[in-house]
Amino acid sequence: MRIRLAVNGRAQDLEVASHALLLDVLRDVLDLKGAKRSCDTQVCGACTVLVDGLAVSACTYLAVEADGRSVLTVEGLADGESLDPLQRAFLDAGAVQCGFCTSGMLLTARALLRENGAPTRDDVLHYLRGSLCRCTGYRKIVDAVLTAAETAR
Amino acid sequence: MSARPLRVVGHPAPRVDGLEKVTGRARYVTDLVLPGMAHAKVLRSPYAHARVTRVDVARARVRPGVFTALSSADLTWCEPYFGPAFRDRPVLAIDVARHEGEPVAAVAAVDEATATEALELIDVDYEPLPSAITLEEALGPGAPLVHTGEPLSGHFADLSTLRPQPGTNVCHRFHFERGDTVTALAGADLVVEDTYRFPPVQHVALEPHAVLAAWDETGALTLWASTQNPYSVRVELAKMFGLPLARIRVIVPHLGGGFGSKTYAKLEPLAAALARAAGRPVRLAASVPEAFQTVRRCAARVGTRVGFRRDGTLVAVECAADYDVGAYADIGPRVVQKATYTATGPYRVPHVKLDARAVYTNTTPGGAFRGFGVPQLAWALESLFDVAADRLDRDPVDLRRQNFLAHGEEFAPGDTPIDGKLEESLGRAAEAIGWTRAGAADRGRGVAAMLKASVAPSVSEAIVRLHTDGSVSVLASAVEMGQGTRTVLAQIAAEVLSVPLARVTVVQPDTAVTPYDQTTSSSRSTAMTGRAVQVAAEDVREQLVRVVAEALGVAARDLALEDGAVVAPARRLTYAEVLVLRFGMSGGELIGRGVIAPGRTAAPLGGSTPFWEMAVGAAEVSVDEETGAVRVERYVSVADVGRAINPLLLEGQDEGGVVQGLGHTLLEEMLYADGHLLNGTLLAYRVPRADDAPPALECRFVENADGSGPFGAKGAGEGSLIPVSPAVANALARLTGVRFRDLPLTPERVWRALRARGR
Repeated sequence: MRIRLAVNGRAQDLEVASHALLLDVLRDVLDLKGAKRSCDTQVCGACTVLVDGLAVSACTYLAVEADGRSVLTVEGLADGESLDPLQRAFLDAGAVQCGFCTSGMLLTARALLRENGAPTRDDVLHYLRGSLCRCTGYRKIVDAVLTAAETAR
Repeated sequence: MSARPLRVVGHPAPRVDGLEKVTGRARYVTDLVLPGMAHAKVLRSPYAHARVTRVDVARARVRPGVFTALSSADLTWCEPYFGPAFRDRPVLAIDVARHEGEPVAAVAAVDEATATEALELIDVDYEPLPSAITLEEALGPGAPLVHTGEPLSGHFADLSTLRPQPGTNVCHRFHFERGDTVTALAGADLVVEDTYRFPPVQHVALEPHAVLAAWDETGALTLWASTQNPYSVRVELAKMFGLPLARIRVIVPHLGGGFGSKTYAKLEPLAAALARAAGRPVRLAASVPEAFQTVRRCAARVGTRVGFRRDGTLVAVECAADYDVGAYADIGPRVVQKATYTATGPYRVPHVKLDARAVYTNTTPGGAFRGFGVPQLAWALESLFDVAADRLDRDPVDLRRQNFLAHGEEFAPGDTPIDGKLEESLGRAAEAIGWTRAGAADRGRGVAAMLKASVAPSVSEAIVRLHTDGSVSVLASAVEMGQGTRTVLAQIAAEVLSVPLARVTVVQPDTAVTPYDQTTSSSRSTAMTGRAVQVAAEDVREQLVRVVAEALGVAARDLALEDGAVVAPARRLTYAEVLVLRFGMSGGELIGRGVIAPGRTAAPLGGSTPFWEMAVGAAEVSVDEETGAVRVERYVSVADVGRAINPLLLEGQDEGGVVQGLGHTLLEEMLYADGHLLNGTLLAYRVPRADDAPPALECRFVENADGSGPFGAKGAGEGSLIPVSPAVANALARLTGVRFRDLPLTPERVWRALRARGR
């Protein structure tokens, strides 16, 4: 099937199978490897990308559903060499360890901040329920999201 | 040269690999693509235990798009068994499948979908056999035997003392004693004893195991593998394919978490065999459910008996521990031996008798997992310590303090004396949790301590290269899996050579390039690999000084390194200038080498631990009496690390350790029914989420620069996890009066116990 979508602001015109998953199209067709495959069941959040600003699990989202929409992956977060406040805050807070959950965490947090520019700690905890991290214990991730929200205000 | 304040070491530098990780540019194994690469899928046994009477891959092999389909019968051109302790694990099941999910056949095809479809064309006949799933089933009379033949010994000389017991499911026994526990316990004023259980749990590294294997035109093998020890994988593959070590190259990109799950060979033998048969590169990437079928933590049943005098002096410990190592030994026997050796924890115990068994069952092989067998034993000992404190009417903090091993005290004859101050960790943890202050009535507080040895003997080597522009390469094979070792190694080299951190590049582990390192585990990388990097950098520093001393005719002691230059009393030469002096042109480099190899000793396990990992945890908990849900409201971890090379990353390590520990304390358990794993997916197996972490979590460090590692550092990263279960259960017991012996403390288990108390 033919789909037209914007990925990280760039127009894409792609021929994809009707059952193709957005994650596979991003990783294998567009060579955007930042979204990771892990649980395949919408639990871990490692594959999270934004579709029209909303967080989705690309592992279970059909590529055809993204037709006519705008997709943001971690590769599109920074503005050229200038990091997004979330990326900066994750680096400074030590919120990154192995990095496998990082792109999903960043995009989930981006969706939160789009919805709520002044989240409380509880808001962040609630939003991150769909994003697992096995390395950090989460505290530094939550701190980083709150710091980024403050920076952006 | 005079001592100067540290500029890089001890500072909370952001991680050197952070930028590629927040921009999505960091490459993990499954992000790599080779031309012509095939994709592999594995057909796995649906039975816990079955005779495999026929495997026919013919129909799969001829399916369009399939490059190869293999069963064990095809592996005539290689050694079909592997395993670090014993070579008991077949690459593909041979005659018998010993656990659900054991690989029976495998396919490499043009894409994953084709490979998956081809698996359905493989015909396998199974004859189900009686299985032993639990320790009780495996140790009972007439138990089904998981293994009937004697396994081949493993590849590693340091594991040669491990022995299976033919005719039983006991894969290894460990016994250690000192003094006379029978007399000591008979004379003790108080003996507390009980049996504690620790569940099987999985690491859930977010990146499941993955390998990309490729044979080149000369017949040499290269693997990009998600492994914590490329050099051990290399040995296994060399043996398997009869190749010289130099013909095998193991490259390790970023790892998406390890926690022990990626120690020793896992999928690498199968991926290499498939690539050889397919005649092209093969990627084998496990799913999360397949990771649950690959390795897990050893479950344990621990019976511990502790004797005290009335004044609180600990006189004797007896411990009998059975560890469930699953269907294949992996490194389980060493987990059992090494952990049991320290079953007495951080305490002075004159009379000791320790017995442990590694027991085969028809379940996922049990191997290394953060803590390496110690969490299972600490769960028992540290719980019993609080039971004893209660019976002796003593404060649990005081009772521990009274019995701690002191700095410099012998742990066991021939082993390293205690190199930290536990009382300092305990004091700080107790203070931070407010131990002596009255708490809220609906909160309980508990503490626990731990002590763990690192692997010994072990070897780490490193090379440091100073280039003509004054930048530095560090070649070492410690694997970056999130813990921050690349940053720490860069900081050490930058400190010794007086260059900014940004001038140092740590090369990714590659057995063709980066020198030998035994393993990235056992909390050893900072202390051992880091020390090798320090020595290698010092070697470069000495070469710099020698060149300048000779060229200027000044004494070496009058020279110092400062901001990328050698400074003489009247001159300052940048490293670029020194290299021109040395080579007569802008070319060449200074190469330093560091080797840390303490060798064998008279210590009971054959090597003296390079450091003792020591930590104390303190928890404050609440419980919902209506639902049984336990909430850890506050948690304090204090680890004795000698020196924090990077406090920011270390804090991250220990915070992660605490929350991972909360997983097996409150949530996690691999559940089996009729031989089948019921919850081997992240839908069914709950690991801690952000809202499960304690609202207040503090990780602190005791730094007395008393470690054998660089700048007085010791290892860290496992210590924070180990006290979590007993600290939480001790807090819960103080709050509710109920003592728990089985983990995890699920709402149902807690609710039932609270109800039973009420009756």
